[in-house]
Amino acid sequence: MKAIVDHQKCTACGVCVDVCPFEAITLQETILEISDECTLCGMCVDTCEFGALSMPEVGSGPDVDLSAHRGIWVFAEWREGTVHKVSHELISAGRKLADKKGTDLSAVLLGHNLDPDLFQELIAHGADVVYAVDHPELAHFRDETYSQALAELARRKKPEILLAGATSMGRSFVPRVAALLRTGLTADCTELDMSDEGLLLQTRPAFGGNVMATIVCPHRRPQMATVRPKVMKTEKVPGHEGRVETVDLPESTFQSRVEVLEVLLETDQTAKLTEADVIVSGGRGLRKGENFTLIEEVAKLFKGAVGASRGAVEEGWMPPSHQVGQTGRTVAPNLYVAVGLAGAIQHVVGMQGSKIIVAVNKDPQAPIFDIATYGVVADLFEFVPALVKKIKQEQGLA
Amino acid sequence: MHIVVCIKQVPDTKNVRIDPDTHTLVRQGVESIVNPFDLFAVEAALKLKDVNEAKITVITMGPPQASEALRDVMSRGVDEAILLSDRAFAGSDTWATSTTLAAAVRKMGDVDLILCGKQAIDGDTAQVGPEMATLLDIPYATFVKAIDIPDTNHLKVSRQTDEGTEVWKIPKPCLLTVIKEVGEPRLPSLRHKMRAKKAQIPSWGIAELGLEPEEVGLSGSFTQVVRVFSPPVRDDRVIIEGTVAEQAEQLYNLLKEAKVPGI
Repeated sequence: MKAIVDHQKCTACGVCVDVCPFEAITLQETILEISDECTLCGMCVDTCEFGALSMPEVGSGPDVDLSAHRGIWVFAEWREGTVHKVSHELISAGRKLADKKGTDLSAVLLGHNLDPDLFQELIAHGADVVYAVDHPELAHFRDETYSQALAELARRKKPEILLAGATSMGRSFVPRVAALLRTGLTADCTELDMSDEGLLLQTRPAFGGNVMATIVCPHRRPQMATVRPKVMKTEKVPGHEGRVETVDLPESTFQSRVEVLEVLLETDQTAKLTEADVIVSGGRGLRKGENFTLIEEVAKLFKGAVGASRGAVEEGWMPPSHQVGQTGRTVAPNLYVAVGLAGAIQHVVGMQGSKIIVAVNKDPQAPIFDIATYGVVADLFEFVPALVKKIKQEQGLA
Repeated sequence: MHIVVCIKQVPDTKNVRIDPDTHTLVRQGVESIVNPFDLFAVEAALKLKDVNEAKITVITMGPPQASEALRDVMSRGVDEAILLSDRAFAGSDTWATSTTLAAAVRKMGDVDLILCGKQAIDGDTAQVGPEMATLLDIPYATFVKAIDIPDTNHLKVSRQTDEGTEVWKIPKPCLLTVIKEVGEPRLPSLRHKMRAKKAQIPSWGIAELGLEPEEVGLSGSFTQVVRVFSPPVRDDRVIIEGTVAEQAEQLYNLLKEAKVPGI
């Protein structure tokens, strides 16, 4: 299968020939040809201004009654008795989608000894219904029990859209929910919208953030997506009312072949990178491990977390739990301060979603400046103490 | 123990860029590599083989040139390789890919453990492992950083979560997706390089896998890309000049204006 050319519309301008990353498009005189190298990536379709190129459609598979599915669901991630921030962000985003589509918004809470205050909190953020499943086997997360419970609920209530946070939990069990329901799933979305036809437009970065792709699931329901934390804004809906429905599911739903032996929570608060509003990161430019005290001091002033580049971790200056980047954590805080790190692409893909990026480096050519909101070309050993002094003055500490 | 490692040949994303003027993917200098996370999966398999009786088979779905990726990992000590290649696979989303890989595992039959990297660096979905395990109806664990063998029927795995570490006991056969803590990939050896070079790599298509054309590729996919575009450029970039004291003052004021928490 390959991209389809409408030769009536094609002007043989050749733009798509240059765009194709796989060199699959050639012009034979004035006739556009697409070879078997085509991987259906869609790059050409987007660049053709004459609408001459299109993708073949995904298969529709066995008939699914699309109209039987309605309502938007958000999986509310329950951990240690609280609901993860991303779930409230998704309720807020889901509320907008539900209003646009004129449908209901529900939250699904799975866990054990669920606190009723959590239900009210979900309603206050805009949920019309909270489905709660409370069972001892849900006390600890396991992919099998969580996916079976969520899939069973979805089979009964038939939502048309199901959203979850792209956390370590969501990214782990939600693919199993999609597979059990035989439907499509888009991971790690950063933007959601509704098309005129009522399809969920799921936009996500690919190729390490160098390319954005919008994805749809036309023929299966629910349309499922995980969404990155901190991308959507949390907004409470004043006076919003909703109801709580406690659901009993068959015991077989809670069976798992996996046994949880231990759950070890990271006690080091400074390593809680994915949750932090501010992250101050250091790299090889710090020259030695002791100098990370500079980074820690700035992080403390911002009440933020300490991050590190792969280089700094490899030198043994910081434990791996602090590493930001492709092989470390992906973070998107409100403020990311990169000190003495060059900004290798492997680091950048892990933090480019941050709202404000400050780069401090003495090399004006360092690639980190390409993505920095505010660039400071300076010797970090002079600049950081000056910044610390300024903040302390303002906070009345000095 | 028969271990199957799933790998993917990917463009080296650090070289994938969109030309700011033409808004097209710049393909010059983009070479194909083995997805780095899959090399950790290969290493995890080799480590298990170092201390246990084991056979390791590596599989990949891709065009004929993906056999280069298979030879790469064979040169590190993997025993056998199978290429899953068919024109019908083009346009596969994670579901269609999982369907294809699961069919290959079923055809092999005697598989005790499937290892995958936590995600591929081109798509970053982290979905194929879990979806494949679901199709095969075997348990799985994601983001695994250590694997132990407590008895003949189980594995004990440590998995990294956002909150810390979880230790699970999981029966075989099972699927694990691994992260870099399982071990730095070993380098190819001369002996294995020679063997990899000469190896006959079988290629399985839909006929060998017993799949129908509508189950795979774009026809077998549930999701479809409708638009690909370059991310919005940050146009708010400011370089702060002056002495360090002036720079500190300016930065402080800018952050205060932006209502950064903590200031």
